[in-house]
Parts: sequence; C-alpha cells; structure tokens
Amino acid sequence: MTDVSTTTEPTKDGKTIELLSFLVSGQDYCVDIMSVREIRGSARATPLPHSPAYIRGVINLRGAVLPIMDLSARLDLQSATDTSRNVIIVVSTHDRTVGLMVDAVSDILALPESKLQSPPEMPSDEGRAFISALTIVDDRMIRVLDLSAILPTANEDAA
Amino acid sequence: MTDPMAEIRASFFVECEELLEVLLDGLQSMEDGLADSETINVVFRAVHSIKGGAGAFGLDALVAFAHRFETALDELRSGRLVADGEVLRLFFTGSDILADLVRDSRDGNPTDDALVAPVRADLEALAATTAVPEADTGVIDFQPMALALDLDLDAPPPPQADAPVWQIRFRPEPGLYESGNEPLFLIRALRDLGALTVRCHDDAVPGLEAMANPEAGHIWWTLQLETTEGEAAIREVFDFVDGLCQLDIEVAPGGLDLPDLPQPEPTSAPEPEAAPALAAPPDGGAATAPKPASTPPGEADPRAAAATPAPRATVRVDLERIDRLVNLVGEIVINQAMLSQSVEAAGIPPNSPVRSGLEEFLQLTRDIQESVMMIRAQPVKSLFQRMARIVRETSAATGKEVRLRTEGENTEVDKTVIERLADPLTHMIRNAVDHGLEANDAREAHGKPREGTVSLRAMHRSGRIVIEIADDGSGIDRSRVLDKAIRQGLISADSQLSDTEIDNLLFLPGFSTADAVSNLSGRGVGMDVVRTAIQALGGRVSIASTRGKGTSFTISLPLTLAVLDGMVVRVAGETIVIPLSAILETLALGRDDVRSFGPSTHVVGIRDRFLPLLDLGAELGFRAPLEDYADQIVLLVGQEDGSPAAMVVDAIDDQRQVVIKGLHESYGRVPGIAAATILGDGQIALILDPIDLVSRAHGCTRRPPVASDRIANVQTGRDT
Repeated sequence: MTDVSTTTEPTKDGKTIELLSFLVSGQDYCVDIMSVREIRGSARATPLPHSPAYIRGVINLRGAVLPIMDLSARLDLQSATDTSRNVIIVVSTHDRTVGLMVDAVSDILALPESKLQSPPEMPSDEGRAFISALTIVDDRMIRVLDLSAILPTANEDAA
Repeated sequence: MTDPMAEIRASFFVECEELLEVLLDGLQSMEDGLADSETINVVFRAVHSIKGGAGAFGLDALVAFAHRFETALDELRSGRLVADGEVLRLFFTGSDILADLVRDSRDGNPTDDALVAPVRADLEALAATTAVPEADTGVIDFQPMALALDLDLDAPPPPQADAPVWQIRFRPEPGLYESGNEPLFLIRALRDLGALTVRCHDDAVPGLEAMANPEAGHIWWTLQLETTEGEAAIREVFDFVDGLCQLDIEVAPGGLDLPDLPQPEPTSAPEPEAAPALAAPPDGGAATAPKPASTPPGEADPRAAAATPAPRATVRVDLERIDRLVNLVGEIVINQAMLSQSVEAAGIPPNSPVRSGLEEFLQLTRDIQESVMMIRAQPVKSLFQRMARIVRETSAATGKEVRLRTEGENTEVDKTVIERLADPLTHMIRNAVDHGLEANDAREAHGKPREGTVSLRAMHRSGRIVIEIADDGSGIDRSRVLDKAIRQGLISADSQLSDTEIDNLLFLPGFSTADAVSNLSGRGVGMDVVRTAIQALGGRVSIASTRGKGTSFTISLPLTLAVLDGMVVRVAGETIVIPLSAILETLALGRDDVRSFGPSTHVVGIRDRFLPLLDLGAELGFRAPLEDYADQIVLLVGQEDGSPAAMVVDAIDDQRQVVIKGLHESYGRVPGIAAATILGDGQIALILDPIDLVSRAHGCTRRPPVASDRIANVQTGRDT
C-alpha cells in the first residue's frame, strides 16, 4: 500500500514488512500482505459491457459481486492468454475489494523496510505510476504495487 | 454521557411521528364528521404529548407552537369552538407546521419562522376569540410539566412552616366527565404542588333508586394544599376543566383548617382514587359504588386505547439488522437454485425423496423470503398522509376546493419503495389538483359537485402493489395535448396517434399543457420525471382518462426491491436477466418483418408499426451485429416515450425470480445495466436496465460498429 512507499529511509530497528509476491507476464510484483484478503483459483468472469479492457468482469465471491482486474492488461504488459491457470488475489483497499488476476503467486517475503527503495524517475513509462517501491530478493527485482493507483476510481470506471 | 440522552431523544422523535399520525387521523375523522369528544381528546393528547416531550428536551420553538395549538384545541374540547371547515383547515395547517417543527428539531435545522408565525398567530386568534384570558405565555406556562417530570428531584418540598394553606372546593359538573376529564389526574397534579389533603364529599350521592343519571358524578371534594406556589399555579391545574366544574380557591383561614383535618381518611395517600370508591358505599350501598367510580375510568379507558391505536406488541429493530436478514435470505434463494441445478445434473429421478425434499425446501425458501420482506414492509399510510398535506397546500395555492379520499392505507410496501415513491406521488397529486380538476365554478357549471375529489388508492394485485391516483376533473383534452406536442416539436405534425398514445405524450420530457407556468406545475418537468422515478423502482405508470369524468394514473410496483421477476436470456454466450416488468411482448422475427432503414440500422414491422431494431449483443459490445436477423427472437421493451423497441436476443432460457445484487458498490455504474444477480450455477448474470439501454443504444444492426474485437469495441464506443 501507499504507506510502504513513504518509509524509504532505513530504520534502525529494522521494522519488517511482509509482501506477497507474484508473477505477472513473467515479471515479479508484490503487494503488502495486509491488503490481501484471499487467494483463489481463476473462475469464469461475467464480462461487463462498456468496461475498460483490464476489467475482466465480475465473479461471485460467496454471494458478493467481485470485479476482476487483469493485472497484465492494467500494467500494459503482454496479456497472458491462458486464463484457466491464473490465480486471483483478492485485495481490498479504501473499502474497495477487487480481484487481481495474476499468472502465479510466488512467495511471501519478509523484508526490513530499509530494503525498499523508491523507483527511479522514468517519465516515459506510464507503468511507473503503479509502482511505489522496488526491492531485490535473490537477484530478482520485485516491484511493489501501489494498489490505490491501480484500482479505478469511481468516476473512471464508468468509461 | 450524551449517548443515552441521544437515544431518548431519538425515541421521542419516533414517538412524535406516531403522534403526528394519530393527530392527522383524528383531524381526518373530524373532517368526516365524526367529531365526538373522544376524537377531540385523542387529537388534544397527541399535541399535548408532543409539547410535553419537547419541553423535556428544551425545544422551545416546538413547545411554543404546540402550546398555541393545544390551547386552540382546548377550546374545541371544552365545546366553546365548533370544528367547522375553517377551523379544521387551520388545525390541519397547524399539524403540518407541527410536523415541520418536529422534523426540524430532530434534524437540528432552523425553522423558517415566516411559515410558523402566521399559523401560530391564527391559532392564537382562534383561541382568543373564545378563550378566557390566559395568564401565562407558552414557555412559562409549560413549567409545571417539567416539574412533574423530575418529581423526585426538586418537586414538592416538605411543607414549609410559612407555606400558605389553600382551601380548594372542587365540584365537577357532568360536563367534566362527558368531555373525558378525570378528577384523579387533577388531584394528582395538585399533589405535585405541595402537601395535599383530600376530603371527599359523598353526601350528594343519591340512593340507588333516585339515581337518574349515573354518569353525572355526584361526588365533590375539598382539598387542602400547602404550597408556596401561587393561586395561578393552582388554577392552572384546573385549566382544562375550566367551566366544567365549580371551583373555589381561597387561602384557608388561619393557615390551618383543623375541623376538616381529622376526618379525611386517605390523607394525600398514594392512591387518591380510593377516595371516591371507598366513600361511596356507605350511602348508596354496594351497588352504588361501581357507578361513580367507574364513570371516570370508563371515560378514560377508550381514550387511552385510542391514543395508542394498536395494543399489539411491537419491537423496534435497527433497519440494518433486517437488511442483513434480507441479504441472508437472498443467499438461501441462490443456494437453493444451485442445489436444484446439481440435483438436476446428477440425474436423480423426479419422484425420489431428494427431489420431493428439494421441492419442500423450495416452498419454505419462498415462505421465508416473503416473511422477511414483510418485515421491511410498511403501510402506505404515512405516505398518504403526506399526500393529504400536498392536497391541502395545492388546494390553498390554486383556490380550488379539494377533498382527498384515500383507500387501502394499510396496504404494505417495502420501506424503500415508500420513501422513493414520495416525490413522484407528490408530483402527480399536484398535477391532479392543478391540471386535473376544474375551478370550482366551472365544476358547478358542468353539474358536478363544487368540491373536487382526488382519490388515492393502494391495493395488492397479483404480487405487485398498485397505487391509483384519480381525479374527477375534466379528463385529458386530447386535441390540446396533441396540439401542444406538435407545437413543442415533440412529435411531427402529421402523426397519427391513438388515444392511449396521446395520453402517453404527457410522459414526454419537456411536455406541459399548463398555459401559465405556476409555482406548482407547468414547467414541463413533471411526468417524465415521475415515470423515470417509478421505472427506477421497477414499476410502470399508465393513464386512463375520460373526457369530462376525470383522469386516473395507475402505478404498478414490485413489492420489494430485493428480488425481481426476470426473464433469463442468452446473448453472445452470456446470460442476461431482463426485468419482466419491462417486457411487453416476445416474438420470433419472420424474414419479412425486418427492413433496412438507415445505412446501418433496421426497423421491425409489427402489426403495421415500425419499431427500431436493437441487437442486445451488439449494444453491450459482446459481439458484432449479425448478418441476418430473420428467425431471431426479439423482445419488445418499453422505451422512454412509451413506444416499444425490438431487442434481439439469442435465446430465452427461463423465467424466474432473481436476487438483486448491487453492482454499484463493488464496481460502479455500468450503462444499460441495473444490477447483477447470481444464477443457480454460481455464475453472475447481469440484470439489464432496458430503458437505460434503449435510450443509450447506437442501434447499429448492419455494420460492425467499430471493430469485431469485443474490448476494442467497448473502448471506442460512443460513450467515450
């Protein structure tokens, strides 16, 4: 979440945060585990008319209507075609709950906050806006997603 | 600290709403000519209770107004005033203002004194014409009430040595009992002022054989009150029985009246009413006793019963809890559908125990669902009372005499429906009075009663609620409507329209027949808004009008907003639910029915009418328009202007009840889609908003609108 990005200076007592990492189009991303509600297998989503391309539709999550966002489309990455093996990470932030469709869940990382660094300025890359921090684990660069930037705001989704 | 107080305050306002309802009921029955003393008392009590509660919460404006109102009503109660038309009108206005004040106090809004003041003055004037001059003004006058409330804290101080002793001779006249007063309450009120000694005189009670009128009351009292309050305070206790009793109040000679003291048996006993009952027997024998004793309570009981009309036990429940229950029942309905589907899929034979068990389960589910919906249901009475007010206001503004007749006030509808029906109904009632009814003189010229009638009826009809607003006015002048519509450019000049179609022109946005724009109507924003609001509730409006006889509007609404009867259709591999209420007709297209119209549109000829053809799959962006629409299934759905449009679907699957799941909270508004629901297989299906969809439709049925790709189509659609 956003508070991850605000604490970029190393803290002495090494306060650790836990992140759930996953693959989207072969790239490593992660979100603060506190915003994750559950992880579930892919289900056929009912498409919504007149919705942005990255909204796959809605699924039934135990009686609630849950919008599903195709994260690779949202991040402008190569869209994964094989949806049956995809995984849905149900996250909630600012009272909104959304399912993020990713390729696979990889790991739970526990890192001291000092290990997170802010992303460099890359004005040409729109995807940067969705990334609040970067970190390196086992030589792999992992991007921390800014969930509040990713979720469409109420007036954006009517499109 | 503030919480319990806020709670008490909240329940006071809830009570106020009930009391206001009782008040209006009472006034209504007075208007209907049933102004017996009981009704008057009920009305009086309602205002009095509001005043009492408001005083306890320090709502001065409310107290002041309620007091004037109460004083005026008291004139009525004492028989010095007759509830004729003018007076009743003022009382109705008074209760409207009272309701405003209550609501403003509740919401903490400032009240517009410009509205209140004239009515207050009128009430005051009314009371003054007949009243014995009153000593005190509202707020001060109210003090005794507050005292009565905190009796334990600071009320009657132990009789002080220097407190004067008042001697009160109180002799009720028959009229006192007839108007529903109870001496016991007066005596109690006196007791609250100080140390009281009561002596009952039963010497006037005649023997049984001589008792001509047992209702008359033959007992009188001498009371000695030791109080520091002045004579005014004592007189105030007897305010309401003024003129109905002989009352002498004087300072007891020498401060103590010893000869009287030894005799009274129950000296300021907690139950002074024991006095009449006990005092009577020695004289008249056992049979006499019940008579005088039962007279006052006999009078009092029906009053109490009427003030709280339903002695049924009720529970106030947080609406949230009920909504939760409603949601859970929705889950059961879905679950049960899933179960049926899997039983079906498992190929279990029809007469097996599992099947019959499931049948029973289905029945139970429906019963539970209906009972739960009943909890949310409320009688439409409160809504009708609001409409009564609109009629009064409109009739005052237009100068037309109008009578509102209501029927089926106890018909129950979902609370939300009631709330959301208020605005459209207000519009329609205003229209009925302003446009529907002729001026009084014109009515007489047509041989109709001078007073116009607007009737408001509610009833249940085949699982829906029907509300009918009818007036006995001149009916719709169709040639004028047509003329106006053509002049306003709403229809073309050579249109051939049936009577019903002309009537339906009233629902067109921007249509108005009123020649002059008044405060009330004539701005042309009315019936189309009404219709939109009712359609948003899943309802329909229709008009019937007879020239010279009147017009009636019929609103038909679903009983609840939580479930809906829908037609389950398939389009481009997706399942869509269409509200049954929106579907006028279903039919299969023949080869000759479809004609090309514009470069990319088709029309459908049905019974000599041409309707626009819409492809639901293409409108939703699920697929490109088909090559050929012959043999396709179309649904005729109502359009904004009342004329239908033909909507192509791939197949009709089923017709059944579905549970409405809001899409708005989880995702946002989707154009053309009203909500979502969960099907038996656990999949989500979208519920169409046909009116919205049709009004936004691009109508492309020939060329792919933009691209064949579904998503690309959506993004570059006309909405962006």
